[in-house]
Amino acid sequence: MRLRFVLSEVWQGLRRNTTMALSVIIVTLVSLAFVGAAILLQIQVGKLKDDWYDRVEVSIFLCPDSSLSPACDHGPVTAAQEDAIERVLTTGAIGEIVEHVDYESKEEAWQNLVERDPDGIFAQQLTANDMQPSFRVKLYDPEQFALVADATRDLSGVEEVMDQREVFGTLFQVLNRATLLAASLAIVMLVAAMLLITTTIRLSALSRRRETTIMRMVGSSKTLIQLPFMLEGVIAATTGAVLSIVGLWLGVRYLVQDWLTSSNLTWVDYIDQADVLRVAPWLLLVGFGLSAIASLVTLGKYTSA
Amino acid sequence: MIRFEQVSKIYTRGARPALDEVDVLIERGDFVFLVGASGSGKSTFLKLVLREERPTSGRIHIAGRDLGKMAAWRVPLLRREIGAVFQDFRLLPNKTVFQNVGFALQVIGKNKRFIETSVPEILDLVGLAGKEKRLPHELSGGEQQRVAIARAFVNRPPILLCDEPTGNLDPGTSVGIMRLLDRINRTGTTVVMATHDDEVVDQMRKRVIELRDGRVVRDQLMGVYGLENV
Repeated sequence: MRLRFVLSEVWQGLRRNTTMALSVIIVTLVSLAFVGAAILLQIQVGKLKDDWYDRVEVSIFLCPDSSLSPACDHGPVTAAQEDAIERVLTTGAIGEIVEHVDYESKEEAWQNLVERDPDGIFAQQLTANDMQPSFRVKLYDPEQFALVADATRDLSGVEEVMDQREVFGTLFQVLNRATLLAASLAIVMLVAAMLLITTTIRLSALSRRRETTIMRMVGSSKTLIQLPFMLEGVIAATTGAVLSIVGLWLGVRYLVQDWLTSSNLTWVDYIDQADVLRVAPWLLLVGFGLSAIASLVTLGKYTSA
Repeated sequence: MIRFEQVSKIYTRGARPALDEVDVLIERGDFVFLVGASGSGKSTFLKLVLREERPTSGRIHIAGRDLGKMAAWRVPLLRREIGAVFQDFRLLPNKTVFQNVGFALQVIGKNKRFIETSVPEILDLVGLAGKEKRLPHELSGGEQQRVAIARAFVNRPPILLCDEPTGNLDPGTSVGIMRLLDRINRTGTTVVMATHDDEVVDQMRKRVIELRDGRVVRDQLMGVYGLENV
């Protein structure tokens, strides 16, 4: 009986306030879509890091036959210098953070170049002597790049120490800024959603003041008086949350999976619908929590004894 | 049944108290008229009984319970033992007579079967049998007030509070309403009625408590509205 009463009140309330309910749905939809987008962007960043940092190495380029770098004033690297550098990389404190060291000779570097692009201009024009030897250092933890760089940069025969992560730095910066932007918009929209839910509940409570006055008078419990209004807000906000999840799912399905994956960047591990589903419960929770808080704050004032 | 001990109510600090050290004892089964000019404290008295307001000082006991010590969650339970009727009827315009009365039971969790047996019973008691499906605007003022009384009394509360129940009705209709309240009183229900209606008070010859500026200036058994009428 009571459940039916509450449900019929909720239904009537939503019908009476259709435009307000719709606006709550839209605002929560948009705000939670931004929240979801921010989270998905971070998941994408994480995936890229996992994927690429596994592969990236620290490259220690050794002085070639001719170099413009002042570090190579003494001519090309010698075998003794190479041994000394390798010793630094494999022993002591540095040896402990280094997983393995590969030496790439000029010839190997040239071969790799040719293999990568046999008909390219470099393969046609260059010879092994134009290449430079290098150490490819794989670290257990790529973040410890600075330690390796500091230990090897000033050794003789080293032209330059390069962290391949730098290549991705800009990309990650872009993605992180996009996340920040999405998150800031999400916060603004969430505040708007909260205010809108508050107004909606207030209007709804005012439009049913007669009923609530009588309910209070005849001794209806506070829960029964407030629950319909609360549910109205919760239902509208949760609907918005569900729609935002649907939107994100479609976005990932058609924009990321279909469009990006069919482009040239196929080697990248993109977010997929499973990631959207992982984010979904959180979006629902935010939508639900938002409306619950908004109604608690409002209802105290408008239906209390 | 209703006991006020040195009850004062001050709405805004520094203003004249709405009730000023009022001592009143109303026994079970009493019929009491609360009379006095507007602003004399009648409505405040009723609001204090319903615990819509709380006294600034003093103690109020309703059916043996100290309202000052009552937990907030028990207030609805208190109100189930007090029926309330108002000058403006306070009916829900889009609900039928039956639904209006049933609403009061529905929202305190009574089941459908209980509602379907007790609503016709009470409508019969207030003389509205056969008008269950009417909407409030299809009824006369007196009939609307009967619906309001039915709603207040359908749960058979031991106390019935009436705030100017005849205020919007013509004298003839008022007599009918008073007969109804008298009949309800005879079932053992304590009735407290705040009123301006001197004719009604003079006809009924019940206990009269007169308030003036928040003080009890007269508490008389079988009284009349104004002393000059005696």
